[in-house]
Amino acid sequence: MTDNPILEIDNLSVAYETGRSAVKNVSASIVRNAITAIMGPSGCGKSTLLRAVNRMHELYPSIKTTGDIRLDGESIFSMPVIELRRRIGMVFQRPNPFPNMTIYENVVAGYTLNDIRLKKTQRDDIVEKALHSVTLWDEVKDSLFRKGTFLSGGQQQRLCIARAIAFNPEILLLDEPTSALDPVATAKVEDLLGELKKEYTLLLVTHNMSQAARISDDSMFMYLGELVESGKTETLFTNPHDQRTEAYLTGKFG
Amino acid sequence: MTKEIFLNENIRQRNRKNKRFRWLVIAGSVITIIPIFLIVANLAVKGVRQINISFFTETAPDTFQAMIATSNGEIIPGGIANGLMGSLLMVIIASLMSIPVGMMTGIYIYENSTSRYASFVRSISEILQGVPSIILGIIAYLWIVKGVTRGYSAFAGSVALTIMMLPLIIRSTEETMKMIPLPIREAAFALGVPYYKMIIKVLIPCSFSGLATGILLALSRILGETAPLMLTALGSPAISLDIAKPVSAVPLLIWDFYNDPNMVNLVWSASLFLMIFVLSLNLLSRSLAAKHKYI
Ligand SMILES: Nc1ncnc2c1ncn2[C@@H]1O[C@H](COP(=O)(O)OP(=O)(O)O)[C@@H](O)[C@H]1O
Ligand SMILES: [Mg+2]
Repeated sequence: MTDNPILEIDNLSVAYETGRSAVKNVSASIVRNAITAIMGPSGCGKSTLLRAVNRMHELYPSIKTTGDIRLDGESIFSMPVIELRRRIGMVFQRPNPFPNMTIYENVVAGYTLNDIRLKKTQRDDIVEKALHSVTLWDEVKDSLFRKGTFLSGGQQQRLCIARAIAFNPEILLLDEPTSALDPVATAKVEDLLGELKKEYTLLLVTHNMSQAARISDDSMFMYLGELVESGKTETLFTNPHDQRTEAYLTGKFG
Repeated sequence: MTKEIFLNENIRQRNRKNKRFRWLVIAGSVITIIPIFLIVANLAVKGVRQINISFFTETAPDTFQAMIATSNGEIIPGGIANGLMGSLLMVIIASLMSIPVGMMTGIYIYENSTSRYASFVRSISEILQGVPSIILGIIAYLWIVKGVTRGYSAFAGSVALTIMMLPLIIRSTEETMKMIPLPIREAAFALGVPYYKMIIKVLIPCSFSGLATGILLALSRILGETAPLMLTALGSPAISLDIAKPVSAVPLLIWDFYNDPNMVNLVWSASLFLMIFVLSLNLLSRSLAAKHKYI
């Protein structure tokens, strides 16, 4: 798409069962400091593609991944996995704060769970900064030591975003982060994503076209595991090249 | 018109059935509850007289003291301290052996639920749960009494109890792990946390109350065990903390009291104590289990 992409996906295929690829020969480049939306009907392979980017599939040995993904020119498959996941954070569909941890502990979980020792002042700084960036600080500053699971769904999701950015990643992967939220909470998270792209590169899976249109700069449209079309969101929405994209955008399926 | 009447009739019939069924359920539950109340009431009436401080601090009386007290119409002197200490000793040792091993096995089975070895281990554990406790006593007798401590011992009793606890801990660990949603685990992985650290720092703390529930249930299950202890710990009139020597246990004492016509009164009080203790453990584990649901 542009000359200096942060992430290049190169002929990537992912198969849950041998012979049946959920993602088929996808190639794409992701622009720095922008929101790239991955759209497509349910089951088309959006989550599968996203989870390949931080090598989540490696947890399940039966899943086969081929092709390459490069982060700043370096293959992610040759990096230590902790370094990769430190540089590429992830936010899930349903908010999943650690139920055994307080709000404070959840934000610094990336450090504590990896035995990365920090001074208390450093931790306090990280927590305050991350919670500020997700506009949660004012809401929770008096209850930092309560369990994260006591928050509302929308607050929990922002806490999970804070947990991801506390690690100071370059890229944030978001898998339908608002699909479990009510409209008010959704609007808040969408505003937040618009702010976050100043510092991070966002890769956002959504099956909500209007969300993609509202907040993304670039879009990828997937269908049956293939990347059908990608480009500037505006172009894709106003002037799609492929008739499958057009059919999807006009609501013919999905 | 006819259709409507038919529908109304149908609904009325269903209501009648519902009502009848509800009465049946209520009757059934009353029938189950009554014996429990009768047991507790019976034990309380007969046993409460004997329960005082010395009941917990003194060892069991000898038959002569008991006879004199009974013939004078006094309460029997002495208590169950030797049984309490013996039970405590064996339960602690059995817990130290069975909880770590059982938890690790449970986690292993859960994490590798599709592997053949894991399902083999699961089946063995299920079979173990069904083995009569007297047989586990015989096994501990052969292994430990004959082979290790060369005589009846607290350690042999602990081993018998360990074998009883193991399948319960394994089972409850596996069930508890199943309740932790996959996205919680994945959240840890997405932060680059290695597998074993995820288990130690996320899985186990998250399932703490579930694991505690299982442990308490296992404890309440073994506290009343008598048969395997007869073949292993044997019993002892004095307080002993030597794991290579025979020790007493509360259920063993109840059996001893029962066999001595002068001490029958102590049967009620010791049973009352054991019953209340086990019931409290059960209730505690229930309240923990209720808490665990939040995840
Ligand atoms: N764990 C899995 N095992 C087997 N098949 C899966 C698994 N997860 C997803 N799939 C299949 O892969 C395809 C793509 O799924 P997914 O990436 O979740 O789609 P999307 O996120 O676009 O809804 C679907 O056909 C789905 O059934
Ligand atoms: Mg999905």
